[in-house]
Amino acid sequence: MTEESEPKGGGVQPTSAEEPILKLRGVDKHFGAVQALYGVDLDLPAGQVTGLCGDNGAGKSVLTRTIAGVHQPDRGQIFFEGRPVHIRTTRDASALGIETVYQDLALADNLDIVQNMFLGRERLSHRLLDEDSMERAAAETLASLRVTTVRSIRQPVASLSGGQRQSVAVAKAVMWNSKVVLLDEPTAALGVVQTKMVLDLVRRLRDHGLAVMMITHNLNDIFEVADRIAVLHLGRMVVQGPAKDFDRQSVVEYMTTGGSGGRPLQAVAATADGEEP
Amino acid sequence: MTQIEGEPGTANSTTSVAPADEAAPVVDLTAATHVTAVDVPPEILAQSLGEYVRGWWAKVKSGDSGLLPVVVAMVIVAVAFEVITPENSFLRPSNLVYIFGLSAIYMILAMAEISVLLLGELDLSIGAVGLLGGTIAFKLLQSPGPHWPWWAAIAATLVCCGVIGALQGLLVSLLKIPAFVVTLAGYLLFSGILILVLGGADGFLSVSTADPNQAVIYNLVQGVISPVASWVALAVLVVAFGVMLWVRGSARRRNGLVAPPASLTAIRIGLIAVVGVVVVAVCGSNLPAGVPWVIPIVLGILGAWTVLLQRTRFGRYVYAIGGNAEAARRAGVNLAATRTWCFVLCSATSGFGGILLGSFFYGQYSSNTGDPGQLVLYSVAAAVIGGTSLFGGRGKPIHGVLGGLLIGGIAYGVSLLNLGELSTPLEYILPGAVLLAAVLVDVSSRRGARTGSVSRV
Repeated sequence: MTEESEPKGGGVQPTSAEEPILKLRGVDKHFGAVQALYGVDLDLPAGQVTGLCGDNGAGKSVLTRTIAGVHQPDRGQIFFEGRPVHIRTTRDASALGIETVYQDLALADNLDIVQNMFLGRERLSHRLLDEDSMERAAAETLASLRVTTVRSIRQPVASLSGGQRQSVAVAKAVMWNSKVVLLDEPTAALGVVQTKMVLDLVRRLRDHGLAVMMITHNLNDIFEVADRIAVLHLGRMVVQGPAKDFDRQSVVEYMTTGGSGGRPLQAVAATADGEEP
Repeated sequence: MTQIEGEPGTANSTTSVAPADEAAPVVDLTAATHVTAVDVPPEILAQSLGEYVRGWWAKVKSGDSGLLPVVVAMVIVAVAFEVITPENSFLRPSNLVYIFGLSAIYMILAMAEISVLLLGELDLSIGAVGLLGGTIAFKLLQSPGPHWPWWAAIAATLVCCGVIGALQGLLVSLLKIPAFVVTLAGYLLFSGILILVLGGADGFLSVSTADPNQAVIYNLVQGVISPVASWVALAVLVVAFGVMLWVRGSARRRNGLVAPPASLTAIRIGLIAVVGVVVVAVCGSNLPAGVPWVIPIVLGILGAWTVLLQRTRFGRYVYAIGGNAEAARRAGVNLAATRTWCFVLCSATSGFGGILLGSFFYGQYSSNTGDPGQLVLYSVAAAVIGGTSLFGGRGKPIHGVLGGLLIGGIAYGVSLLNLGELSTPLEYILPGAVLLAAVLVDVSSRRGARTGSVSRV
């Protein structure tokens, strides 16, 4: 798909087709006696949607929060654009261009769309808020993502539908020259139409050259938008690879048993012992 | 396809990607549009006056009506008291000017309280802190005595009250003690300290016009601006404000940003001019003729609070914390600092209100000047009656001014009725009833907003 207008936050040139923009190697994380992640490898290439699947307790949230700077890995290395990085705080993650949209969206209901998108990064002129410039920039970002169903960008977020709120939260995340966007269950609370709206938005992020990681339980969503699939099982990355190498059956087997059920895959699989649940 | 309304700039940038646009499916959520028709403030959608009125009426019907309830209540109260007071005296110029002076303390305290209410907190100490502030200022002006210049006395009051606010704010934001408890303790503590500063329960402080330094404080409420100067000042203010509104509105319309229709801006400017002319005319037919200084003072504080809350980063964070503290925290907002500053500014504003109260009582301060408990409850009532939410995140300083005027009007109207023994109970019962009505409006509009969007997460 050709893009004629540069998106506000998507000016990302993939360094090379092969080199993932974000790379995790051998990441361990434990909380006290509980080991949450065992030597996890993960690649997030630019311009691709990676679907991260796993059953409850598989470590999806811990992995996301480790990338987002909420947790630090006990062992292992994170590479951003090929360089090893230490993401100690969420601010570090933002500075690199890694933004996370959590399930609760973190929008203030009483503020309007522009105010929410610029919350914490307001533009000033003469020490007062520069509403005109913020409104214009927010409108451009929403237009570049084709979030066009909102009636006015000056309406309070309280008046938006679930899908629109999700769209605003995503637009807020990609506004800041982000290169990697982590979406935590973006469609979990949405109906059919609204889910379609959000998945369209995820595709547009990919088209803008961002590396997108979408965490979801929903296999329909995964096969709808994901270019790559990664499956966590009990803290181990059991398989990851191009989505075309998977089918529903195999993903479910990886998620529930950590094994492929005998179907060989050429994916980068750090196959774990097939523990039966 | 649906376009973001009122966004020609957006339309241009989208047309440049028109081919891709056609290919991509754009989901039109008619259901969502139906929902937003009620929830969206009319001025951001309306392109014409007719649309605005229709949108506004839809909003009123859904329970969120802005300033309408308090303005309607003010009209009802004014008409009712005019009819039932002996000799129909309620709307006499002398009474109206007196009501404004009486209400000034409620207006100032309500504006102070609103900054804390916006956070979703409550400050019960502002009555005591305000009275303490007034007492400190009066004490410093005494001659023989400290004999400070008036501006230094005001500055010292603001600093003292600000420090009190900082202490309470730090307890609330750092130690996470509920504001209700901290400020309840503050209310009792400062009520006691107030009597100490006053010099005992029968202590008495006064300022007079004989001393030019004290006269400045005495005249804050009692002094008037000469009618000629009042008219000139009104003309300058209306023209400046009108030009500002008009230029800003037309610049935003030209740049394709969200702006109210031009006719609405014109009506707003006209309303401001009419209200201004009425106020100056009423004050001009009073004795002594002229606008009391307290009116521009209250307007100045209103303007300062409005700019601070609506046009600065700090104000934006106050609203954000009231709306979703977790979102504000993740956005990098320093919650503790913002909360503490709100308490500081709230207490300092209250202290200034206390000075006005002493001036209103002809430059006298005694332990009978004000009841700290009644002051704080009236000012919370004024804020809520004006339209500020008790649940945080919604409200404006203007709500405090209108609500305070309504409370003051009711209190004075009751005292005009010569009801004897009934008068005191009614001074509590009527504002209580109005407050209850206002809270019911607040709660019902919140419920309306919650159930309004069916598909919200």
